[in-house]
Amino acid sequence: MNEATRDAFTQALDMRVIRGRSLYVDAWHRLLKNKAAVASLVILGLMVLMVSVGPMLSQWDHEIPDWDNYSIPPSLETGHPFGTDALGRDLFARTMVGGRISLLVGVVATLVSLVIGISYGAIAGYFGGRIDNLMMRFVDAIYAMPFMFFVIVLMVVFGRNIFLIFVAIGAINWLDMARIVRGQTLSLKNKDFVEAARACGGTEMQIIRRHIIPNLLGVVIVYVTLTIPQVILVESFLSFLGLGVQEPLTSWGALVNEGAQELETAPWSLLFPAGFLAVTLFAFNFLGDGLRDALDPKDRL
Amino acid sequence: MNRRAPVLQVQDLSVRFRVAMGGVFRRSYQEVRAVDQVSFDVYPAETLGIVGESGCGKSTLARAILGLVRPRSGTILWEGDDLVQLDEESLRLKRREIQLIFQDPSGSLDPRMTVGDIVAEPLRIFYPSMSRLQVRERVAGMMKMVGLSPDQINRYPHEFSGGQCQRIGIARALVVNPRLVVCDEPVSALDVSIQAQIINLLNDLQKKLRLSLIFIAHDLSVVRHVSDRVMVMYLGRVMEVADRDSIYLQPRHPYTRALIESVPIPDPVRERARARRALKGDIPSPLSPPSGCVFRTRCPYAIPACAERVPELETLDGGNQVACLRHAELVEQWDSAAPVDDWPATHGAED
Repeated sequence: MNEATRDAFTQALDMRVIRGRSLYVDAWHRLLKNKAAVASLVILGLMVLMVSVGPMLSQWDHEIPDWDNYSIPPSLETGHPFGTDALGRDLFARTMVGGRISLLVGVVATLVSLVIGISYGAIAGYFGGRIDNLMMRFVDAIYAMPFMFFVIVLMVVFGRNIFLIFVAIGAINWLDMARIVRGQTLSLKNKDFVEAARACGGTEMQIIRRHIIPNLLGVVIVYVTLTIPQVILVESFLSFLGLGVQEPLTSWGALVNEGAQELETAPWSLLFPAGFLAVTLFAFNFLGDGLRDALDPKDRL
Repeated sequence: MNRRAPVLQVQDLSVRFRVAMGGVFRRSYQEVRAVDQVSFDVYPAETLGIVGESGCGKSTLARAILGLVRPRSGTILWEGDDLVQLDEESLRLKRREIQLIFQDPSGSLDPRMTVGDIVAEPLRIFYPSMSRLQVRERVAGMMKMVGLSPDQINRYPHEFSGGQCQRIGIARALVVNPRLVVCDEPVSALDVSIQAQIINLLNDLQKKLRLSLIFIAHDLSVVRHVSDRVMVMYLGRVMEVADRDSIYLQPRHPYTRALIESVPIPDPVRERARARRALKGDIPSPLSPPSGCVFRTRCPYAIPACAERVPELETLDGGNQVACLRHAELVEQWDSAAPVDDWPATHGAED
């Protein structure tokens, strides 16, 4: 075949090709029919937008006090829409900056656990036997370690550092992910298409990468949307205990902690960060539920 | 009949599986003889049909030939190499020449991949240097060859019917130009009308590409339509190997005879008139196969000697083989009686 006819052939091919609907496209269409999930998606989108551009909109910085206004209630006239805290810092700016940290911790720590958990679980599940046994007993061993003890030791050895929170939470969370992924892999590896890939000459790693991992992503995505709020909560808990982010940087958990101490004199300093935290957690959970329904093949009637 | 050098020679192949038998602290194991001392040859461009009841080791045999399960003993000679002795990596490279077609058409296709990606997968694995355009051209050509329209290249398996999925499976197996294709019950999950299409497609492709086929099935009429020679298996062992016409017109082994007699004739008058000698009982457990001839527990012609001696696979004058102690006397007995059946040649998957 000469060059020109070949080009013409592929061009003709391109024009006639029909796009198929992948299972993910199908799932996406089902998700869009779920009102709670769509609303959650919108809320989360707005939340990300607010925490990324919000601090720039505020005329006040999150760490510089407004010397004239300590602990004032929310008011637009003073330029503090959420009021100020006991040190006179603008709560709007602090809530937005705190949201950045909380969401960042949630997403980054989850991604860390995702990468480790998927590769670890898929390898353990796929190879099975002694390798699986060894790898999963190691997971059990880490699982048995008290989380708080682990965090405190990290803080003592390395000092307080936001990076350590990512590490600490990621280091614990991948265990769950690995277990889930391993379970999925165990059921996937006996499927005919995996054997077909072996019969086609695929190497073990090619099979894991091209067949096992893409097919367990559905379950993993659902788990991720449920892990992110969990991680945000853990970070809040650490901050509440004073082990989290360090002043003047803040997070929703740290803000709730401060607000709780001034609950009687300045309730707004608790209500705003707590409200944002709660709405975000709700949205993630509803999204997770929606995704689970959308990706669940049993639901396909 | 083709009597050139065989492409594949299987000798005394045995596959065993260990089965855990419970026990809390010390687990005991028993062995299943899935495939026991099986020998056969496959010649260039011929189709060897393998028939037998479910659980007789047909699929395990197929997987053993591809090296997907490791045999306990025996040799699989492929172009002078013993596949049993090869390490994983060399075995993997051999799979360019031996491919497999699966029973479950849609289950053997990755639901997350497009048809184009599925068919291209062996190409990507064995020819990583091929350009995207070349891969695409080859895939489109292959899809045309198996009767799929190339504009369906970006569709997903769940958008196809069972017969179309099997065509995709065939395209995937043939895209790397294999020399031997093992078809593991390729049509038993399909409607009868679709079965005929798929079988005729396989036949055409075999002629066009000069493939050797191992065609596994439990449907005798399907096997008769496609095979040059037929091998009958029972409980992991070979009962009889013969060319197609002799196995159907003059079966030598009581088991083969029973199988052929159990096929219904699509003519109610003849069907009712026929003396039925259906096999009684179930297949014995492969965990503890009967001594001697494995078929003796269900064989209407069994004599005490059958329990003592394992019958050898004897080669007869025409090159056919049979494993039965009494085959010589039984054939005389059968020949003097009525012929087996005027087996309906037009039954099943004829065009």
